[in-house]
Amino acid sequence: MEAVLLQVLAGLSNGGIYASLALALVMIYQATHLVNFAQGEMAMFATYIAWSLINAGFGYWPAFFLTVGIAFVLGVLLERLVIRPVENAPVLAVVVVFIGLLVILNSVAGWIFSYTIKSFPSPFPGALGIRYMSPHQVGALLVTLIVLALLYLFFRFTPLGLAMRAAAQNPVSSRLVGIRVGWMLALGWGLAAAVGAVAGMMVAPIVYLDPNMMAGILLYAFAAALLGGIDSPGGAVVGGLVVGVLENLLGAFVIGNELKLVVALVLIVGVLLVRPSGFFGSVQVTRV
Amino acid sequence: MSGLRAAYGQTRVLHGIDFRLEEKSITALLGANGAGKTTTLRALCGMVRTEGEVRFAGRRIEGWRTEDVVRLGIAHVPDGRGTFLHLTTEENLRLGAYTSRDKTQVAQDLERVYGYFPRLKERSRQQAGTLSGGEQQMLAVSRALMLRPKLMLLDEPSFGLAPLVVRELFSILRTINAESGVALMLVEQNAAMALNLAERAYVIETGRVVLHGSAADIKSDDAVRRAYLGY
Ligand SMILES: Nc1ncnc2c1ncn2[C@@H]1O[C@H](COP(=O)(O)OP(=O)(O)OP(=O)(O)O)[C@@H](O)[C@H]1O
Ligand SMILES: [Mg+2]
Repeated sequence: MEAVLLQVLAGLSNGGIYASLALALVMIYQATHLVNFAQGEMAMFATYIAWSLINAGFGYWPAFFLTVGIAFVLGVLLERLVIRPVENAPVLAVVVVFIGLLVILNSVAGWIFSYTIKSFPSPFPGALGIRYMSPHQVGALLVTLIVLALLYLFFRFTPLGLAMRAAAQNPVSSRLVGIRVGWMLALGWGLAAAVGAVAGMMVAPIVYLDPNMMAGILLYAFAAALLGGIDSPGGAVVGGLVVGVLENLLGAFVIGNELKLVVALVLIVGVLLVRPSGFFGSVQVTRV
Repeated sequence: MSGLRAAYGQTRVLHGIDFRLEEKSITALLGANGAGKTTTLRALCGMVRTEGEVRFAGRRIEGWRTEDVVRLGIAHVPDGRGTFLHLTTEENLRLGAYTSRDKTQVAQDLERVYGYFPRLKERSRQQAGTLSGGEQQMLAVSRALMLRPKLMLLDEPSFGLAPLVVRELFSILRTINAESGVALMLVEQNAAMALNLAERAYVIETGRVVLHGSAADIKSDDAVRRAYLGY
């Protein structure tokens, strides 16, 4: 029993990280109706920025917040400079751009920082640990929950958050009430990049820092987003936690650690086959 | 506006339309299906590619982005209502006031439109996509009002509304025009009602103005009525 509890708690901690990355995927999906395959590499790149800042002598938390800010700006720039020009291109062209972005970010990171694996510090003091969770697990879960709560408050209660939701759903009507839709989409990319950066910094102490560190994580996040419903932010969060717990339980007791990633793949295929809109995806309530 | 031309891609739809809207006035824009009424309204607020000249309060605004035109105080109740289906009624209304930074004013305006359309107040927390067609039409008009516009472009606001509700809507439009001096440009299938409300009217056919004058004159000229308005 205790072993199960242990795995569940560890799963929640990982799940929180999947949840934030899944949320980033959902945010961009809602605006573009496409899955941003480069989301993981964007997070990885941001994590390298944090690592460089820390090496340059910044304290952990200043580096953390600076990285979130830089990631936000880079996300906005990416949308303006790379995604915007292909706005009206066919879906396949945009997918190719996403994949190109993935490969480029990966190689550039390898080129600048080399492919050797680096360790990344955890900022959480030992006192944060509880009986079944390491300090980093507790801390990462807390940070994730704070990020998710802030995002929820932002989208739910601020005029800008409302405008961003509106712009993603109905650009034509949004322009008619004076919303600068292009900027809202860019802000969405900025936020997604910032959230991804947090996920990257939280997962790096566990998986270590290297240019391919996010590949597996993105797969879990993708499974989480699909499970929750790719257009449902709340669903992505629940999906992330469920995938995290499932992954750990199955890994520990059923299929072993080596096959864990298969869980994500099975989930992805399963959801797509059985329930493409996920468990919280909008069953469209539209009057005709 | 003068010499307004507009096209969708290669398809030229408006071939040089001229008209004037007076401040605080009500103008009807009539014409058969496909005449180009919707396109005219779209051209006014930069939703289609246009040539020619559009002036608003002395400024040339042709070629402006829609969101900038809107910020000048031109609200558009679009064809098809333009509801934000997944947001609540109240969120839809708040979006109408997106360009306003004055919270107390937004709250007042919200109460004002709820006063006009109590039905919307009852449904304020409901997802707007689940409102009835008529309720969504009220919502579209209300959302436009939240902008505190100087000019409101209304594309068939009576579409899908029960006759009683249409009459109510038109009397509200008259009140709004009288109280806050919003100029109205009204596109309508229901020519009789539109001519009753409007002071002036333009009739267009395949992208050209074929007739204009005071609403009263057009209404009382039987030949014109039969030829262009079909009643
Ligand atoms: N998006 C579009 N792409 C191409 N052609 C269009 C488009 N929208 C309208 N048209 C064409 O432009 C012409 C004018 O259309 P418009 O919608 O302005 O007519 P309307 O007067 O509003 O008609 P209705 O009374 O049916 O609403 C029509 O011939 C129509 O086929
Ligand atoms: Mg029309």
